[in-house]
This record gives sequence, structure tokens and C-alpha cells, in this order.
Amino acid sequence: MTQVTVIDYKAGNLTSVVKALRHLRAEVVVTDRPEVIEGARRVVLPGVGHFSATRRLDETGITPAVRKVIANGVPFLGICVGMQWLLTGSEEAPEQPGLGYFHGWCERFPEGTEKVPHVGWNQILVRTSSPTRLFVGVEHHEHVYYTHSYLVPTTIFRHGSDPHHPVNPMAAGTRYIKMFAAAVEHENVMGVQFHPEKSGATGLKILKNFLEFAC
Amino acid sequence: MLTKRIIACLDVTGGRVVKGVQFVDLIDAGDPAELAARHAAAGADEIVLLDITATHEGRGTLLETVKKTALRLFVPFSVGGGIRTADDASAVFDAGADKVSINSAALSQPALIDDIGRRFGAQAVIVAIDARRAEHGAEVYVQGGRKPTGRKAVEWAREAEERGAGEILLTSMDSDGTRNGFDCELTAQVSEAVQIPVIASGGAGNAKHFTEVFRAGKADAALAASIFHFGVADARALKTELAQDGIPVRLPC
Repeated sequence: MTQVTVIDYKAGNLTSVVKALRHLRAEVVVTDRPEVIEGARRVVLPGVGHFSATRRLDETGITPAVRKVIANGVPFLGICVGMQWLLTGSEEAPEQPGLGYFHGWCERFPEGTEKVPHVGWNQILVRTSSPTRLFVGVEHHEHVYYTHSYLVPTTIFRHGSDPHHPVNPMAAGTRYIKMFAAAVEHENVMGVQFHPEKSGATGLKILKNFLEFAC
Repeated sequence: MLTKRIIACLDVTGGRVVKGVQFVDLIDAGDPAELAARHAAAGADEIVLLDITATHEGRGTLLETVKKTALRLFVPFSVGGGIRTADDASAVFDAGADKVSINSAALSQPALIDDIGRRFGAQAVIVAIDARRAEHGAEVYVQGGRKPTGRKAVEWAREAEERGAGEILLTSMDSDGTRNGFDCELTAQVSEAVQIPVIASGGAGNAKHFTEVFRAGKADAALAASIFHFGVADARALKTELAQDGIPVRLPC
């Protein structure tokens, strides 16, 4: 049985994420303790609400524990604010740094004729330039469920081994007002802006891919 | 493209669905968990469970129902009826709901919207508004449309948004039960007054009515309840008709 550690940092409701992972027959451990996270085989960081809630990750010593497991190659999935936290930071709470695994800032959807927040089912466009592991078996234009006002821009990057060629980790995009990163994937680090636990069969497929992800 | 949502609504009392949709081969047509799962499988984008009696004694039964229903659902799931405090909401979330819908309690103590929004995020709070047309703009009613509150629907929707509601569920008491179509004018007024999504409810009799409320009514989502009794088989059939009208919907589903 696949073991997954879900980080509880008191930001929203974990019930749905845990339920979906258990439905996929994962053995789920919910914790807020850094030493448990350091020993995890697989880590999910959920999160809804305000970016400033991630301050608790710093205060409780979870941030260094996450850095450690990521460096050890443990598969990591951030959901919604959990994905946004992988960046340098967010305009929603500029004083609160993110993990900085990816370079770039979360920004608010531009004001205009469309409503903000972006709520509902929208289509994903899966990266075709190189294969992704998160979207194996997921078709172009499948729908996933979103609810957010801040987005991860398509221009984020990570420095790889070659400093002259930064890597863009975007694994899928979605268009609402503008194109934004629906998902990121770089080595063992993944994130989705949508809610796979609320995205029907498509979402379960993506979570299953994460559970089967071997590094 | 962001799609228009079709939300299936189950009215529940004492743990049983009343005036539920009839799927021919259901083993137990009154079982909320089974019906919700069937609606999701039949293409509903979201499920709402409304506790229509909402008695204090019935809370335990409701939470048990929510738990059983949530276990098999992997689409957004909202619960309404009888939520009067942030702790009531918390219990419903723990049972597996993603959103709560609050109505009269929000009117009598508007700070409840702020409380639930702060603790669980705006996306988890739906403010339900029952409105009836009046000379100077639609008025908000409580107690199933019997008691006027003196508040204007548009202003109340704006206040709910400011306080941290994530969505508005707008029911036209004039249209409800008529099967003559949604109140598109009222829906558009509210939808244009707020940035958060507006879910239209009341009056649907056929698929064209949904097209109208998504176009003229500027609704972001619509509640489907009794429509499935009258000629439209399920959400997939409804959405197929909407797609033919050029409305963006989640298909295949």
C-alpha cells in the first residue's frame, strides 16, 4: 500500500483530499509534525484560502522539513495554495515568502469583464513538448475544478544544472482571462492549481499518477 | 473555457431524499448517498444537499447522511439547512462537505458569513437568498418565502460578498415551482452587482430555460431539481442540449 503524508497546517478542510487518497487505497497519515514529514515516503500539501496561512509552515518548522524531503527525492504534491507556495511568493501576501523552489510570483487575475475568483470546471491543456508523469492518461481539454483568485504565471522557472538554460516546470495550462499554470512538475516536485479531489474521474487519475510516481 | 455548472439538488429530511429524482434502476430512491453518486455519474457538476426540516434533533442524522454521501463523491459537495453557527458549519465540513449554504442565519447575524469565511475560506461559504419581486427592486424573504425581511436582494448580495461569501445561491420565489423559466432579470441584476458566482434557482421547466438564465440571466451556475422529472433525463442530457445552444458545459462528463 502506498503511504502518503498529508500536511495539516490548519488552512482549510483536509477531509476531501484525505478521502480521495484513501479511495485510491493509499495509507494516509495526517500530520503537522516536522519529524513525521521528514520520514515521509510521499507528501501532499493541500491548502485553500489566503497565502498568508502558509506562515504557519515556517512557524512550526515544517518548511525546512519539506526542503529536506524534496532534496531527498520524495514525491511532493502541492494543491492550490500548496502549489502557489512552491514559488518565491505571492502578491496576496508579499511579506510572506514561499518555498522558492520555483522562481516567480503568484499574481491576481487581472480585473476586467470576467469575474474574479475563477470558480468552476475549466479545461486543461497538457504540455506536449516533453512528457509529464502527472497527466499520464489524461486527455487534452479534460475538465478540472478550480476555485482561486491568484494564479501561478506561465513564466516561472527553475535553475537546472545549466545556469544558462532555466527550466520551465509548467506541465499544464488553463485559460481564464489569461493563460496560467494549471500544474507544475519538475523532477519529484509537483503542484496543481485545481482541486483533483473535486475533479471527478480526471482528478482521481491525476492523484493516482502521483501515488504511482516513482523517483 | 470556464463552463456553466449544473448543480443537482437533493432535498433531504430525516436522512431521506424527498421528491427525489427517479432513476429507474435505483435500489433505494430515498438514499441520499446513492442518489448523489448517481447524479455525479450522470454528469452533474456539483451536488447540493438541503436539509429541509433542519430541526435541532435532526442534526446527528444529517451529519451521518453528509458523511455517507461525501464518501462516494469526488465533485464539489454543498450542504444547507439549519446551519446557524460556525461550529455547525465546522461539523458539516468535518463530515465531508466542501461548502455550506446559509440563509436565514446569515440574515439574522450577518457576521456568521465573516466567521465561516475566515475559518474555512470564502470558497466554502454560499449565501442563499430567497427573493421576490417588488416595486423598487426584489426583496429578500425568509421562512420559505413567507416572511419579508425588508432587505433588497441586490444590496444583500453585495454585503454577503463583502463579508466573505464565495457564492450566491439566488432563488426566485416568484418563479419557483412554476416551470416557466428562471427569473432572468433578477438573476442578471444580482450577477452584475457582485464578482462572486451566482447560482440561479427556481422555475426551470426545460433545457431552454437554462440557456436563457446562462445568457440573459448571466448566471454562473444553475440548480437543477425537478427538471429531471419532466422530460430531461439527467445532467448529461441537459448539458448536451445546452452545448447545442452554444453554452460552454463540461462534456464529456
